[in-house]
Amino acid sequence: MINMFEVNETNKMITQENLDVRTITLGISLLDCVDADLEVLNENIYRKITTVAKDLVATGQQIEREYGIPIVNKRISITPIAFVGGKACKCPEDYVSIAKTLDRAAKEVGVNFIGGYSALVSKGMTKSDENLIRSIPEALSVTERVCSSVNVGSTKCGINMDAVRLMGKIVKQAAEYTREQDSLGCAKLVVFCNAPDDNPFMAGAFHGVTEADAIINVGVSGPGVVKTALEQVRGESFEVLCETIKKTAFKVTRVGQLVAQEASRRLGIPFGIIDLSLAPTPAIGDSVADILCEIGLEHAGAPGTTAALALLNDQVKKGGVMASSYVGGLSGAFIPVSEDQGMINAVEAGALTLEKLEAMTCVCSVGLDMIAIPGKTSEATISGIIADEMAIGMVNQKTTAVRVIPVIGKDVGDMVEFGGLLGYAPVMPVNSFSCEAFVSRKGRIPAPIHSFKN
Amino acid sequence: MKRTVITVVGKDTVGIIAKVCTYLAENNVNILDISQTIVQGFFNMMMITDANQSEKPFADLAKGLEELGNEMGLTIRCQHEDIFNKMHRI
Repeated sequence: MINMFEVNETNKMITQENLDVRTITLGISLLDCVDADLEVLNENIYRKITTVAKDLVATGQQIEREYGIPIVNKRISITPIAFVGGKACKCPEDYVSIAKTLDRAAKEVGVNFIGGYSALVSKGMTKSDENLIRSIPEALSVTERVCSSVNVGSTKCGINMDAVRLMGKIVKQAAEYTREQDSLGCAKLVVFCNAPDDNPFMAGAFHGVTEADAIINVGVSGPGVVKTALEQVRGESFEVLCETIKKTAFKVTRVGQLVAQEASRRLGIPFGIIDLSLAPTPAIGDSVADILCEIGLEHAGAPGTTAALALLNDQVKKGGVMASSYVGGLSGAFIPVSEDQGMINAVEAGALTLEKLEAMTCVCSVGLDMIAIPGKTSEATISGIIADEMAIGMVNQKTTAVRVIPVIGKDVGDMVEFGGLLGYAPVMPVNSFSCEAFVSRKGRIPAPIHSFKN
Repeated sequence: MKRTVITVVGKDTVGIIAKVCTYLAENNVNILDISQTIVQGFFNMMMITDANQSEKPFADLAKGLEELGNEMGLTIRCQHEDIFNKMHRI
């Protein structure tokens, strides 16, 4: 039987160290909503989402109460809309009407984000894909809860540089469209390489076409728990350090597994995966950067950061894998800047630069995330940043992403406030030399040699 | 049988166990095990209970205990045991 020590340990994690389940994300396929008539399509989408997800929020709250574990977000991911809208949408404006429908459905069922206003164009773009992509800036400005992502490369296909060039423009436009809110639109837009089909985390979540009709994916978190555990092993060897991270990740993931199974059983929807991630929030003590400091760095960004992060990411996976029957999504450690107080401190102290963050993305779970850059940054430069990040993902066979926010009207040294879980960020300097001629080239970068595994 | 774990933490005063037990008895919750310590004046108790016969829904029961705790300046949490079993047992 469980003892008092164990019960207290669990409750201390929850009450003092910010242990929570970050999100229950219900993936819903919209492929059966397809229709040639835009109005019918919108109606089908609204009906399907509000039917399948009607009990999601209430069930989440019920589980929260019974186990005493906070479930911070209840969210929905959907089939990439470019697949769904192709027949009905003849122009970008048509797609915007779908975005509005998604926003309405999200509000109706009470989820805080709905992800999947997306297109997968790693090798080429159809007219439908392009219309969707061109509609993103407006769609994100007229909706509140819709999140968008575009996959522009993969290890198997290479990088679609036409899409990369277009996305530089789209990111900039999205910033312009939402300039009154510190260019918030860009915080809901992710550019991916090797995007997973079952990622439960926003803003990059979508319900891949390889998935079942509906599925429950759960994202766990708990940087504060790992940090507290590491406080007990200061000065110990790497072996002890790694064991401690692994054991903690195991415990954290078990809670996620329990919540996922319960949610799946109560909603009658199959369980998909657990995403084993250390996802920070702006709350004090809920920071991945603080773990890096606890491992032995003065600030995130100091020499040794990439090694420390690589170690952390790997041990989180090793500990978590055994705790769950199915693991997927992004799994690892997230390193968003604005959502992590320790990262913000590191930027303000001058310890962390965009280039160091790029190096860190080679070994973390995703990529350049929630980074505010000057509003005057050119489209070509943003495309260049995206291309670099996509190349890291393509060559290393990992997911990488870019979510940068060129904040219109702000420059290096200014502060940007996004609010809530999105946090705040100092605007970071960007290398000012041009890559115009490089990104203006047409076509795609071929897949790397190690993609030919057949 | 699903068991419920109740934890009570806070400054020690007269009658904590009495009040918690009375509340549980009134709601038809059977106590299976109690362990309790006092560390530096802080009261720390864990109860393993069977709340399956209670007429109150779980959420109301937990809320009632929380309010009772607030009256006495204590934190009372009421959770299904699965979260602890999952985390600490393979």
